[in-house]
Amino acid sequence: MAIQTIERTAKQIVLTVQDYSLFASRAFTNLFRPPIYWTDFLTQSDIIGFGSLPICILSGFFTGGVLALQSSSTLAEFGAAAVTGQFVSITMIRELGAVLTGIMVAGRNASSMASELGSMVVTEQIDAMRALGVDPMRKLVTPRVFATIVMLLFLTIVADAFGILGGAAVTVVLNHQNGTQYFHMAYEHLVYADIVQGLVKPLFFGYIVASVGCFYGMRTTGGTEGVGRSTISAVVNSSVLIIFVDFLITHVLLSLLPS
Amino acid sequence: MSHAAIPAPQPPPASAEPGPVVALRNVSAGFDGRPIFEDVTFTVAPGETRILLGPAGVGKSVLLKLIIGLLPPLSGNIELFGEDISAMPEEKLFALRARAGMVFQEGALFDSLSVRDNVAYQLVQERVPDEEIDARVHDALRFVGLEQTFSFNPSSLSGGMRRRVAIARALINQPELILYDSPTGGLDPVTSETIIELIVKQRDVRRTPSLLVTHRLQDAFTLCTHTFDSEQGRMVALPEGQINHSTTFLMLNEGRLIFDGSLHELLHSQNAFVREFLE
Repeated sequence: MAIQTIERTAKQIVLTVQDYSLFASRAFTNLFRPPIYWTDFLTQSDIIGFGSLPICILSGFFTGGVLALQSSSTLAEFGAAAVTGQFVSITMIRELGAVLTGIMVAGRNASSMASELGSMVVTEQIDAMRALGVDPMRKLVTPRVFATIVMLLFLTIVADAFGILGGAAVTVVLNHQNGTQYFHMAYEHLVYADIVQGLVKPLFFGYIVASVGCFYGMRTTGGTEGVGRSTISAVVNSSVLIIFVDFLITHVLLSLLPS
Repeated sequence: MSHAAIPAPQPPPASAEPGPVVALRNVSAGFDGRPIFEDVTFTVAPGETRILLGPAGVGKSVLLKLIIGLLPPLSGNIELFGEDISAMPEEKLFALRARAGMVFQEGALFDSLSVRDNVAYQLVQERVPDEEIDARVHDALRFVGLEQTFSFNPSSLSGGMRRRVAIARALINQPELILYDSPTGGLDPVTSETIIELIVKQRDVRRTPSLLVTHRLQDAFTLCTHTFDSEQGRMVALPEGQINHSTTFLMLNEGRLIFDGSLHELLHSQNAFVREFLE
């Protein structure tokens, strides 16, 4: 009995991965084939980009502040409190800015995509759209994927900037260190490899957030309860996938672009 | 309802007619390996209205979705407008579907769009100019008696109004086939009659072939025994003993198509389930 359950679960996982791969690849190839719904792209860019701005600014600012708080005492033990700026900027730009923004946007937008599309599925609106001769993949999924990729890139840059500002605020106000020195160290030790690493990741994370959110939304079954399940699956799986893919990208980029 | 006065249907003229709008041959459907129905065969001819009867959960809505390729069959052939869609890729199906109209069970209006944008959905995708869209939406809404709801949101409409807007959306592009999925389900008798009147109007004024799913016998018989009087602008009963010969019946039960024929044949069927259903 237990073996049958394991077998069934394993098959279910393999099938889900297969379905997701087909779905995600179709969403991606649709980016380059007309018709492209530009109005929907702009609407989604506004919802995803501008709508997520406050949470990205706040999470970036306070993460930078926490990094400065946590690192300064340890660095001070080695007489290196002056490199707090370097520590905060490199950590934010290479890693935390992209990952935190990805997870915040996943929490806000993967959930909203899954619940919105899921509601449309259970109320037959998706079927109605197909019956009216419109491809929901092109009309609903591709604009969301495209908008999330573009907007997450800019949101990550904003989060990085506010993270460095948060670190500066803590360094100057709480640690009573020199602000000019902080910014000098933050800028001076940055190299192109850091910037590239920080800007490549959000492209992948944006794709993950939107494709996972839309995937779970479009395969919703079981009425309103099913919409709830899809929403949870979308947030959990996109967040975990972001961290996993972050590990892979970091590994690849560090070997390609050693600092 | 008395059935004694209803005569046997007259056979259609044997002239060279175009092929059926819809043809199903030995079609089976199911989900997750569980069959819903098997070996279903029937056609919908040009100008014909077919009423699909059957108990709840027998697969009537699934059958409608199969006809426009929203679901794939497990086996058998489905022809829509003369093209075999059984294994047609989704991208090719969109153009065929755009030639048909479907009214879903609960209307399936897009919540985020106004009534105008819902009704105009297909026209907007086809990039029809705004002025023409507005004029055609007004026409479609006038047809269903809801012109005043032009700028409303679907959430502010009653259940019956939502169905009528859904009918307007299905009709705006003058479809070559209309599929109605329980258009009167869950509605009060007065609203149901309004919806049936619209279906009769579409049948008699525009002669659009259709397939209507219902489990309300009353609606089915009304469709057979009434006609739309364009001069009076309303549905009127046919003289006693007359029926609409282009309206015929199908019945699904326990995974099989157990009846395919006219009202006369339905009323005189010896099938035990058909008799039980009618009683």
